[in-house]
Amino acid sequence: MGDSKIVACLDCDLLQRIPDVPTGASVRCPRCDKELWRHKPDSLNRTFALTLAALVLYIIANAVPMLGLHAVGREAFTTVIGGAQQLWHDGQQIVAVLVLFAAVISPALQIIFLLLIVTGCQRERPPFWVGLFLRNLHFTRTWSMIEVMLLGVLVALTKIADYAHVILGTALFALFGLVFLLAMIQSSFDPREVWSRIEWAEEEAHSPETAGPVTGVTP
Amino acid sequence: MNALEPAAMGQGLQSCHGCGLLSRPAPGVEKGRCPRCDEPLEFRKPASLERTMAYLIAAAVCYIPANVLPVMKTITSGGSESDTILQGVVLLWSPTGWPLSLIVLFASIMIPSAKILALLYLVITVKRGSIQNNAQRVRLYRMVEIIGRWSMVDVFVDTFTVSLIQLQPLMSVEPGPGLLFFAAVVVLTMLAVESFDPRLIWDSADAKETNREVQHA
Repeated sequence: MGDSKIVACLDCDLLQRIPDVPTGASVRCPRCDKELWRHKPDSLNRTFALTLAALVLYIIANAVPMLGLHAVGREAFTTVIGGAQQLWHDGQQIVAVLVLFAAVISPALQIIFLLLIVTGCQRERPPFWVGLFLRNLHFTRTWSMIEVMLLGVLVALTKIADYAHVILGTALFALFGLVFLLAMIQSSFDPREVWSRIEWAEEEAHSPETAGPVTGVTP
Repeated sequence: MNALEPAAMGQGLQSCHGCGLLSRPAPGVEKGRCPRCDEPLEFRKPASLERTMAYLIAAAVCYIPANVLPVMKTITSGGSESDTILQGVVLLWSPTGWPLSLIVLFASIMIPSAKILALLYLVITVKRGSIQNNAQRVRLYRMVEIIGRWSMVDVFVDTFTVSLIQLQPLMSVEPGPGLLFFAAVVVLTMLAVESFDPRLIWDSADAKETNREVQHA
C-alpha cells in the first residue's frame, strides 16, 4: 500500500506530506492556503448521529406544508415539491426539474450517501461501495441548495406579505434545522478517515490497467 | 524524476479527484484508474479551459434574455403585469424590505456577471501563461465557487411566489420566460466553475521555476 500521507494539493498540485496534528487543528497547503485536512474528533459517530437527525428533519420538511396564505377568505398551502409542481403546470418544466433537483433530490442523496458511508464503515472491512458513494458525495453537496432555497422563501414571504397574511408551516422550521444540521455534518465528517478504512478497488477488480500507488517519494 | 519540481505533475504523479490518493501511472497506460477508488485519473481536468470557455459563452448569451425578459407575470382582475429581475428588486425596496432587496440585487444581478468576468479573467491569464498573483487568483476561484450557488435564490423566490399566489380569479402569478434563461445562467456558470482546473494557475510558474533552477545547477 502506498503512503497516503503524501498528497498533492488539489488546488495547486504542490507535493507535500500531511503531518499529524491535534484534534481540531487543520492542515493547509503552504503555497495556496487550501485546507487539506482537518483533524475532526470522533468523526464517524458524530456524523452518524447528525445524519440520522437530518434524515428525520428531511422527511418532515417534505411531508408537511411549508408556507400558507390566507387572503380573501381563502387558504392555500404549498410544500417544497408543490412549488416545483406548480412551475411544471405553468409550462416551466426544465426549471421545475432544476428546483426539484436542488431542493429535494440532491439533499436526499447527500443524506443517504452519508448514512451508507458511515454505516458501511462500522464493518470490520468496509465494502468497496463505501468508496463509490464517498467519491460522489461532492457532487450531491454542490447541487444541494437548501440554504439558498430558505433565503428565497424569506424573500418570497416579504413580497407576499404586502398582499396577504402568510402562515409559516412546520416544514419551514424543519428546513431551518436541516440547514443547521447539514453545516454541522460538514464540520464533523472526515473523508480522509473513511478513505483510510476502505478496501481498495484494485483488490476487488484486479484490473491490469490500474495505476500503481506511490511509494518512497520525499518532496 | 526531477527533484526540483514542486508539483505532482512534474514528478509524473497523479492525484485522484475522488479520494485524493497520489499514484504513479503504470508505464504505457493512457487512461489509468485510481487503485483505491477506481476513479479515472488525469494530470489535469481534460480540456479544462475549452470547456470553461464554452460554458461561459453560453452563460453570457443567456444572461441577456435572463435580465430583459420577465421572470414573473401577475394576473389580476384588472389586467396583467410582468416583472423582470431588476423590477423585482425595485418592488422589494421598502423601509422594511430593503436588506432583502439588496440581497436579491447582489445574488441575481451582480454575482452572475461577476462570476462570468472572474472566470474569464482566470481563463485568459492561464492561457497567457501568467505567473503573477497566483495565490490571489486561486483565492478568487474559491470565492466564485462558494458564492456562485447563491444566485439560485431568485429561482426559488419565483417558484414559491408562483405556487402560493394562486387566488384565481382575483390574483394569480405565473412564471415568465426569463426564468428559464436565468436558471440556465446559474447552472452554466456552476458547470464552468466545475470544469476549470485551478492547478493550471500554477503550472506556468512551476515550469519556469524548474527551468531556472536547472540552468543554475
